[in-house]
Amino acid sequence: MKNVPASNPAHDPAKGQTAKLSVYVSSSPHVHTPEDVPWIMRQVVYALIPGALVGVYFFGIPAIKVIAVAVASCVAMEALWQKLTGSPLTINDGSAALTGLLLAMNLPSGAPWWLVVIGSFVAIIIAKQIFGGIGNNPFNPALVGRVFLLISFPVAMTTWPEPRSFFTQAADATTGATPLGALKTAIFEHGTIGAAPEMNLMDPFLGNVGGSLGEISALALLLGGVYLIARKIITWHIPVTYVGTVVVITGIFWLINPDGYANPVFHLVAGGLMLGAFFMATDMVTSPITNTGKIIFAVGCGVITVVIRLWGGYPEGVSFAILIMNAFVPLINSATKPAKFGAVR
Amino acid sequence: MKTFKGGVHPPEEKKLVKDNPIVSFPLSSRYYVLVQQHLGAPAKPIVSAGDEVRKGQVLSEPLGFVSVPVHAPTSGKVKEIGRMVHPVTGLLAPCIVIDADGKDEWADGLPLERDPFSMSREELLNAIKSAGIVGMGGATFPTHVKLSPPKDKPIDTFIVNGAECEPYLSSDHRLMLEQPERILKGTRVAMRILGLDRATVAVEANKPDAIRLLREKAPADIQIEALKVKYPQGAEKQLINALTKREVPSGGLPMDVGAVVQNAGTCAAVWDACAHGIPLIERITSVTGRGVVQPKNIRVRVGTLVGEVIEFCGGLNEAAKIIFGGPMMGIAQFTQEIPIMKGTSGVLVLREEDTNITLYSACISCGRCVEACPMGLIPSVLSKLGEKGMWEKAVENDLLDCVECGSCTYVCPANRPIVHFVKHLKALSRAASAKSKGA
Repeated sequence: MKNVPASNPAHDPAKGQTAKLSVYVSSSPHVHTPEDVPWIMRQVVYALIPGALVGVYFFGIPAIKVIAVAVASCVAMEALWQKLTGSPLTINDGSAALTGLLLAMNLPSGAPWWLVVIGSFVAIIIAKQIFGGIGNNPFNPALVGRVFLLISFPVAMTTWPEPRSFFTQAADATTGATPLGALKTAIFEHGTIGAAPEMNLMDPFLGNVGGSLGEISALALLLGGVYLIARKIITWHIPVTYVGTVVVITGIFWLINPDGYANPVFHLVAGGLMLGAFFMATDMVTSPITNTGKIIFAVGCGVITVVIRLWGGYPEGVSFAILIMNAFVPLINSATKPAKFGAVR
Repeated sequence: MKTFKGGVHPPEEKKLVKDNPIVSFPLSSRYYVLVQQHLGAPAKPIVSAGDEVRKGQVLSEPLGFVSVPVHAPTSGKVKEIGRMVHPVTGLLAPCIVIDADGKDEWADGLPLERDPFSMSREELLNAIKSAGIVGMGGATFPTHVKLSPPKDKPIDTFIVNGAECEPYLSSDHRLMLEQPERILKGTRVAMRILGLDRATVAVEANKPDAIRLLREKAPADIQIEALKVKYPQGAEKQLINALTKREVPSGGLPMDVGAVVQNAGTCAAVWDACAHGIPLIERITSVTGRGVVQPKNIRVRVGTLVGEVIEFCGGLNEAAKIIFGGPMMGIAQFTQEIPIMKGTSGVLVLREEDTNITLYSACISCGRCVEACPMGLIPSVLSKLGEKGMWEKAVENDLLDCVECGSCTYVCPANRPIVHFVKHLKALSRAASAKSKGA
């Protein structure tokens, strides 16, 4: 059987565009959502802006410096690594810049530039690129960077400048404690929570407290978190379950012994819970795929956070809790497969 | 409103062509009738070069039950029987070339007049098979096979699929608006064959005019159901699930849950075959997309070259992709020198900015594909296995349940070609099982 030249006497291909037709051929589908990886990363950055602005307002120019150094060094580290290893450049996907911003949000505003650069190195090179780059890292890169610094440079990482209005910043800023730090000290020294939680809860809600530059305002972080949920970047499952678990467990202990344990609202607004629950634990790469998996993951994060806060050596446990639960993600994923359509039950 | 779990909402893009009434594509001078236009056993040409044929004359003989013949789209002479590119498989396939004589004369006795409601079930099935009718939504499974389920599979539900959930396409929509009687009468014939006293015509809610008209025209035993607008609402298993809550079991067929689904256009063709003996030689096709100058809904003979059809619609305009079918499941073509087939519901021409040709990157485990998958699978895992060709592991991860609807790939922010990987893995799995059977 010979091949038929598909042509028609009445239809001259040379006259039409047929002769010079050059088209793409690929598998279906042929249309695609505009919501790509850089778009997602941009949305998260937008959502972090209120929290970052509150940090800049209360900590001034040093906070801007930390953010700038972190973002620039993370992007530079990634570019340098990819240049050295000859792998494709991925800094345009926005993930390195986002890691830099998240790292900065998790650092004290007084962190010296070299500390920030070391944190960026650990986050981008050790936690991300060594594992194969975006999508392949088991642990949240920004948190790995932060925890590395916390363990290696405990003094620099727990020197908290006092919050002041941006317009009254002094050159020799005084330092103080974070609300959770004050709580831990009180329990350590007096065996009771003392005066720490009696502070005006509006201060940590709005951000007028000591802490990492991006964690101080529960309100600003909540705004960003609601934006992420509204934009369908994240679902409610991780933040609501995480925060809920912390509130429920700390609430139980507070009801049993209000002198020995701070109230759950204090635990909600103080420390890094809001930043962790909305922005760190929800990192797509290092959290479970299904909604059931996300709930299990978030309950784990909440329990570990409370255990560290109430009985651990560190005043704050959000970073450790998320990193520990990151390790369980593959296990959670394989245990929470979605219900297959038409599965023989 | 009724629907299924999962799915996506790609832009509908139907306004390009949905209000354009069906126009008849003029008679062409040469037709290319592919012998295999159905899913199933092959058929064998029974004409030779030089033979005179007339419109509606049988050109091939089906080899087996799951097979149908093709027919001459017009009167003329068989120029040759050769091979040409098959738009679905991409392989060279047998093709009967017919030079039209311009008279467009029907074969003897066609079209005829008879009352399908006085015919027996066997007579009706025979009429449908010999008219070469296949599923016209694109799957092209022989209709007479679908309408003859085995005795141990009792059928209680007959659904006419007018969902047309693929973006851009409006051929079923136009048919429902312009010829609702043909669809409804064909539905009655199918009900008679299946021994049912009711049927449901399912239409996505974005076609309110069609829903209104069908409700006006439909007899009491045919119910018109509006469905939520969501892709892939018209996929057989999802459609059955939306209307009956039943799930076609994994690896099973609709008849396993007592259901039969036929496309609206197929029902119209069933009527023509049973009442008039007219074989499937023409169909309604949407020629659309911004890559074609004047999008049109055309009534076109099977075997017409796509190049001619596109020229009829004003020619190409910055065309980057030519697709048989819709943008979600259609097949990209590399040439215009291929014929319209029985299953060609649309010819879609996309410009570069309407389609997606960027490179893909690593999976970021966002879970959007899992949310979108109407089959409850984890497409991200299949795509990662696809990159490595690990088909055995993929089969363990429900590879064979994938219906390739494209929802996962549409939403993937890393732009991963998940459907492509699935097709590749399925091919590897098929090749391996063929090899083990041969050994």
